[in-house]
Amino acid sequence: MKNCEYRQIEPQGLGTPNAAPPPPAGANDADTRAKRRRKWEVFPGKNRFYCDGRIMVARQSGVLPLTLGLIVLTSCLFFVFDCPFLVEHVTSCIPAIGGALFAFVIISLLQTSFRDPGILPRATADEAAYTEKQIDDSASSSYRPPPRTLEVIINQQVVKLKYCFTCKMFRPPRTSHCSLCDNCVERFDHHCPWVGNCVGKRNYRFFYAFIVSLSFLTAFIFGCVTTHLTLRSQGGKGLITAVQESPASALELIVCFFSVWSILGLSGFHTYLVASNLTTNEDIKGSWSGNSGVQNTVNPYSYNNIFANCCAVLCAPLPPSLIDRRGFLPTQESPPAAQPQVELPVFVGKSDLTVEDTCQDFALSCTG
Amino acid sequence: MATEFHNLQELRHSASLATKVFIQRDYTEGTVCKFQTKFPAELDSRIERSLFEDTVKTLNNYYAEAEKIGGQSYLEGCLACATAYVIFLCMETRYEKVLKKISKYIQEQNEKIYAPRGLLITDPIERGMRVIEISVFEDRGSSGSSSGSSSTSSSSGR
Repeated sequence: MKNCEYRQIEPQGLGTPNAAPPPPAGANDADTRAKRRRKWEVFPGKNRFYCDGRIMVARQSGVLPLTLGLIVLTSCLFFVFDCPFLVEHVTSCIPAIGGALFAFVIISLLQTSFRDPGILPRATADEAAYTEKQIDDSASSSYRPPPRTLEVIINQQVVKLKYCFTCKMFRPPRTSHCSLCDNCVERFDHHCPWVGNCVGKRNYRFFYAFIVSLSFLTAFIFGCVTTHLTLRSQGGKGLITAVQESPASALELIVCFFSVWSILGLSGFHTYLVASNLTTNEDIKGSWSGNSGVQNTVNPYSYNNIFANCCAVLCAPLPPSLIDRRGFLPTQESPPAAQPQVELPVFVGKSDLTVEDTCQDFALSCTG
Repeated sequence: MATEFHNLQELRHSASLATKVFIQRDYTEGTVCKFQTKFPAELDSRIERSLFEDTVKTLNNYYAEAEKIGGQSYLEGCLACATAYVIFLCMETRYEKVLKKISKYIQEQNEKIYAPRGLLITDPIERGMRVIEISVFEDRGSSGSSSGSSSTSSSSGR
């Protein structure tokens, strides 16, 4: 009934670019030759993708343009108006240090904003059905719906895993669903409007680097501008004259003064969180401070050693993105959620090279 | 006893998907990626317990190696920080290298052990590292399949 070629899978042949199979004779010809869609185009969460899926941000970019604008504007004013004076009167290291800090701040900010924070892909239809069955099996027959929580023991501590109705799965520990992005994010810290993205497992270290370096940059600019104005106002000129000579410095002073306290405060807070291996979410909810419940709850994820916690949070290997946004969708019309049911008939209809095709796609998407 | 298939192609041709079994994550040690080694009842007649447990244990070891916090990860972290994380654009992280090893291992296991028994393991990375999905195939029977009929001859004794 189906005209299929027989070809053995060659494990060595997987992943090689020229092993791409010629499309089989049949209805799928047009599909495979036409532009294949990437997974980011059908992503169910509220995110926006640029550069063909390489860059992602939350749907509401929040005040990211403002953050970028403020940093860039203040730094440019600093380099243009204050640095010449300071190079002449103090030292020429100042623009070098300022430049390095500025570059680091911008790069960390972009890394935080454009990276996948650790989004968990939604459960496939089969997995969701399997989970539902497990819940129904374990519930006694009653008129009330069964409680959608699962208890696990982590390091001798009881942790309740909640069922996410949007993503149709039990959330792993420390995962939370962000309503702004409509995604479950692993090790969810918070949704930061300043960077326009969630802060989670994959971009927490960049966020931390951003706020620490920004506090250094702000303090540095504040110090330099104060020095500049002080030096200018010496020699009987007075402060007002100095400000009139260099009005940009006054603007920088105001911006830095108002932001340095909040940014330093935030850095201090996150340093505490890093040292105790907590997330903002857990800290705010008081999950481990013993407020909820009678038992003595201890943070089960902490290594009880500040250095170990810092290393675990900041220096742990960076996990890969689980949503595979640049991967290709299987060449069929149905959306990914219905994929498993439709998959097998399509495989049977295509040639034997389907498994190789899928594996190759995966291999390519890993490296792409 | 078990349905015999000689390779994955025959599996696709003459078998139909009966059910999928999902091996869940084991969170007893925290958020590290580890899967439960509990043998699911649905696979009872399809594969030996020891083979299954070996596969899951090896996968767990690979994931532990990928997520290990030690000398190399510190070095990678510090180097990345010093280069303002630009190095991630050029270099493949250790995690990614281990993931490639894992996918090769799964492919090999499928070829050697699971496909001959009518099973297929899906790489956990394709399911968000939440489950190991094992597809259980049932032989469709000798009527209707044009190729791979040699595989159906040994199938009836189950």
